[in-house]
Amino acid sequence: MNEIGLNQILIVSTILFFIGVYGFLTRRNMITMLMAIELILNSVNINFVAFNKYLYADKLDGTFFTIFIITIAAAEAAVAIAIIIHLYRSLKSIDVDDADMMKF
Amino acid sequence: MPNYYIALIPLLPLATFVLLGLFGRKYLTASSGIIGTLSLFISTIISLITAYNYFFITGKVNGIFQPVLALKYTWLQFAPNVSIDLGIMLDPISMMMIVVVTFVSLMVHIFSLGYMKGEERFATYYAFLSLFTFSMLGLVLSSNIFQIYIFWELVGVSSFLLIGYYFEKPSAVAASKKAFIVTRFADLGFLIGILILAYNAETLDFSTLIQRLTDANSPYLINSTAASFFGISALTWGLVLVFLGGAGKSAMFPFHIWLPDAMEGPTPVSALIHAATMVVAGVFLVARLFPIFAFDVAALTVVTYVGAFSALLAAIIACTQTDIKRVLAYSTMSQIGYMMFSLGVSQHGGESGLGYMASMFHLFTHAFFKSLLFLGAGAVIHLVHSNEMKDMGGLRKLMPVTHITFLIACLAIAGIPPFAGFFSKEEILMAAFHSNKIVYFVALFTSGLTAFYMFRLYFAIFWSKESHANADHDEGTLSMKIPLIILAVFSVFAGFAPLSSLVTSDGAAIETHIDIVFSIAPVLLAAGGILLASKLYKSENSKPQSIATSLGGFYTAAHKKFYMDELYLFITNNIIFNMIGNAAAWIDKNIVDGFMNLLATVTAQISNLIKGFQSGKLQLYAVYFFVGVIGFMLLFVYLWN
Repeated sequence: MNEIGLNQILIVSTILFFIGVYGFLTRRNMITMLMAIELILNSVNINFVAFNKYLYADKLDGTFFTIFIITIAAAEAAVAIAIIIHLYRSLKSIDVDDADMMKF
Repeated sequence: MPNYYIALIPLLPLATFVLLGLFGRKYLTASSGIIGTLSLFISTIISLITAYNYFFITGKVNGIFQPVLALKYTWLQFAPNVSIDLGIMLDPISMMMIVVVTFVSLMVHIFSLGYMKGEERFATYYAFLSLFTFSMLGLVLSSNIFQIYIFWELVGVSSFLLIGYYFEKPSAVAASKKAFIVTRFADLGFLIGILILAYNAETLDFSTLIQRLTDANSPYLINSTAASFFGISALTWGLVLVFLGGAGKSAMFPFHIWLPDAMEGPTPVSALIHAATMVVAGVFLVARLFPIFAFDVAALTVVTYVGAFSALLAAIIACTQTDIKRVLAYSTMSQIGYMMFSLGVSQHGGESGLGYMASMFHLFTHAFFKSLLFLGAGAVIHLVHSNEMKDMGGLRKLMPVTHITFLIACLAIAGIPPFAGFFSKEEILMAAFHSNKIVYFVALFTSGLTAFYMFRLYFAIFWSKESHANADHDEGTLSMKIPLIILAVFSVFAGFAPLSSLVTSDGAAIETHIDIVFSIAPVLLAAGGILLASKLYKSENSKPQSIATSLGGFYTAAHKKFYMDELYLFITNNIIFNMIGNAAAWIDKNIVDGFMNLLATVTAQISNLIKGFQSGKLQLYAVYFFVGVIGFMLLFVYLWN
């Protein structure tokens, strides 16, 4: 059995990325969309860690970026949920199609 | 130089204008007349002192009056050797003019105290009078041709404001607009003339300009006479265009149409602006540039014939008018015509400069008797409340002071010795006689006409029928009588002023003498005119009517001012409005606006096309974004390099 290489990991992260994109574009529920965004972010995180481990093993930049992204993602999730709660209070719905007041 | 105080002469009226203009109506309603008059009185005293100093103490160097630059301040520096300066130039004509302007203005200020009493905008009136006095003094003291243009326009504005003083009357509004537009039109010529002269001489300063354009060896003169446009040299064009501006202000044919209408303003204003001071600005301008004019025969010929023709035309029209102020307006135009052709027949320097001196002399004496005539007419109008001759008559008992002073002024303008007009008119006729016989006979005939129409006016106002005027008040206040008396004294004695030794073309005194034989013709003609007027108008009769009928079409044409107004209206309405104006309007509406509308339509169409993209659907935006990123990626991966 072969050792798991960079390619396999990149394939996983790519699949994860497109699942996220698919979820973001097709789901109408804003919470689900938020979760899809988290998937996209996590695929990026996997890339960072994998490149760091396989290409620049003596450096820590990739790992640091991953930690930053996890932190930012947490903050972003908090903000996004706050926005969603506000929208829910005014629209009585968290369906993204209902939030179309800004269209021409 | 200790003569900075000269700047006070124009600056005091300016200060009065600012003071009365800002605070007059609210706080100084009652005292504004006194303030204006006092400030002008100080100004008059200073100008008298200045003129005395110049004429009798400092001005003469080796027996010749030299121009003195009392004050010079560089205002705009365009290039190292081209600048617009503001300065004060003292020379014989500017000294004479400041005396005339401040003196007549003072008389008008005093007269207005009574005449304008009780007007609602009394303070505004005095503010405008001060503005005018300031501008006129600035004009005559200007040291360069651009400064004179600035004050020239200021004078035009104050004239506009004062003609339109009774702005509730539509006719006054129309008259003020007419005066402004006609003079502005002429000033366009003036401006172009200034530019031509300044371009050729490379200076704006009067003394340098004159020096450069009269020296036969100077490269500037050679250049400006060599360059020609339609076969006429640049110098002639410049001078004729400058004269055009002067003709506009001085109401010379064909720009005279505004002057009679300008009589819509208050009568003292007519006395000051439209008789004694502003309308002679054109004469002053030609006199100021006279050395150059004398060098250019063609331009001087234009001046001569325009002047002579205006003098004759105005005198004929004046015989038929019935509005007393209009008669006086045409007589003003006629007298200014005298001054103009007198300059035209003159030459520069020595005894042949007689015309120049005569013109200035006539300007000087005319200012006194013409402002007296207007102020007298003002007193009459004040009593009768009408401008029409038919509402007057037999006023000699009611207003003795006005009667006597008016008579003196009429005698003066008719040229009866020993009144002021006789001397100046004799000099003019003499100058014309020696230079141009046609002009001489025109002038001689006009002087007879002058006597006729002035005494027609005099008899119609003071004799004719018995008085039936509503004598609800007497002649007017003391402040109205005093200026009349003072001006009458000057109308009698101004002719004895030794102007021939003071104001001459080259500054050197010339000898003049009254030639008894020469004087016989004009004096007899004047006397004949007076006799004829007394026969026709002294008592009411039908003779004037029958003469008018027998003259037929000519009388009607003269009465209608030779249809000049109609001609102008025809040209503006039919040619300018219909042909040029409508074409321009069509281009504006269809081509200019059409282009703008096209731009707007295209923009709106494009917006309509692409507004569907802004759907408000968040996920659709995300798709655009995603597709965009993919697109850029492909671009960079496959198309780079």
